[in-house]
Amino acid sequence: MLMLKESQIMKIHYISGVAALFVVAVHILIRLPVVTGMPFSMSLEYENVVANYQNIAYAVLLESMLVLIAIHGFNGLRIILLEFRQNIVWENGVTVFTLVAMIALIAYGTRTILIANGLG
Amino acid sequence: MIALVNIKNSRTNLEHDQKKESEIASNRKVIHLRVYRKNPKQGKSSHFDKFEVPVQRWTTVLDALLHAKGYLDNSIAIRYSCRMASCGSCGMKINGIPRLACYTKVSEIDENIITCEPLPNFPIIRDLVTDFSDFFEHHRAMEPFIHNPNADIVDKNSLTEFIQSPKDVERYLQSSYCIKCGLCYSACPSVGTDTKFPGPQALAQAYRYFADNRDDATQSRLDIVDTKHGIWRCHFAGSCSVVCPKGVDPALGIQLLRGHLVSFSKNDKKLAESRTRSLGKI
Ligand code: SF4
Ligand code: FES
Repeated sequence: MLMLKESQIMKIHYISGVAALFVVAVHILIRLPVVTGMPFSMSLEYENVVANYQNIAYAVLLESMLVLIAIHGFNGLRIILLEFRQNIVWENGVTVFTLVAMIALIAYGTRTILIANGLG
Repeated sequence: MIALVNIKNSRTNLEHDQKKESEIASNRKVIHLRVYRKNPKQGKSSHFDKFEVPVQRWTTVLDALLHAKGYLDNSIAIRYSCRMASCGSCGMKINGIPRLACYTKVSEIDENIITCEPLPNFPIIRDLVTDFSDFFEHHRAMEPFIHNPNADIVDKNSLTEFIQSPKDVERYLQSSYCIKCGLCYSACPSVGTDTKFPGPQALAQAYRYFADNRDDATQSRLDIVDTKHGIWRCHFAGSCSVVCPKGVDPALGIQLLRGHLVSFSKNDKKLAESRTRSLGKI
């Protein structure tokens, strides 16, 4: 990311934003009673949610949602923080912080998905 | 007989003059001019001075300020030169909006109190006069000149003529109307928060030279603006285009340049370049 040009980062930002919209829409629509065959509230019960995690396609959907939102969100945070102060130390600090925080969040979320999936 | 005609004529002239005077009197009104006063060198805090100024339908804010300076307080600091929206030196915040004082009529503001403040986002030198150094520095950083080895005047006899079609000119003409008045820069919220952001004027100039098919520095121009504090920090508030007195649309230039940076827009310039080349072969 440090080596990327700002336009390349922004391209990733836009694409991850649009893709996140799509996966979140699928994630919400998948809860519709016509898809799950059960009332909405029941589909959110513990056993049903765990069962969802164990469906490999759903786990992939969750993982991609996690990655896309983390990339988009942390880059957004980087942009906001960059506007606060303008000096090299702050700029590099912000880049490293958002990058590390993003990786940590993705790693933690992936771990949860793997454990719930039964692979972890 | 002749004497009678003369008396009649002079009476008509008198009536005409009286009519004119009463017309002028009915047009004349008095406004309250609130002028921001600050002299950072003296270290005193800022305040507003109030002046009563007679104005007419055609009086501009600059005229009103010059009246106040000429007859009421000669210490007011104002910068101006052309008085015709050409030099870009009389920019100030007038009733909350960045405008050119010489291009803003008192009558168009339609308020009895006119408040003049220095342009925001610029350091104040004194009263309404602001420091444009950073602004010009950003402008300079965009290399606002044509990069083309064939344009260098090495030998006068081998001067090259760059033929442009009206369509080629249309691509950048609007942006070339900029008079560097700084109104867009002062209206930009991103300039207010990010001191390294070049601002709408400089970015519009980057687009102006990028879109000019006589220019060879396509990639290096994109590299100049493609930085952490560059073109991507524009939030597209659009206030720059609203306040521009010359009809330049910096917000549009910025979006077009961004489109080229992420390759979402087709590169008109490259197309034009190849067209020019093929025309040259013919
Ligand atoms: S773009 Fe318009 S508002 Fe901005 S400096 Fe040029 S003329 Fe002034
Ligand atoms: S005095 Fe030149 S633009 Fe107003």
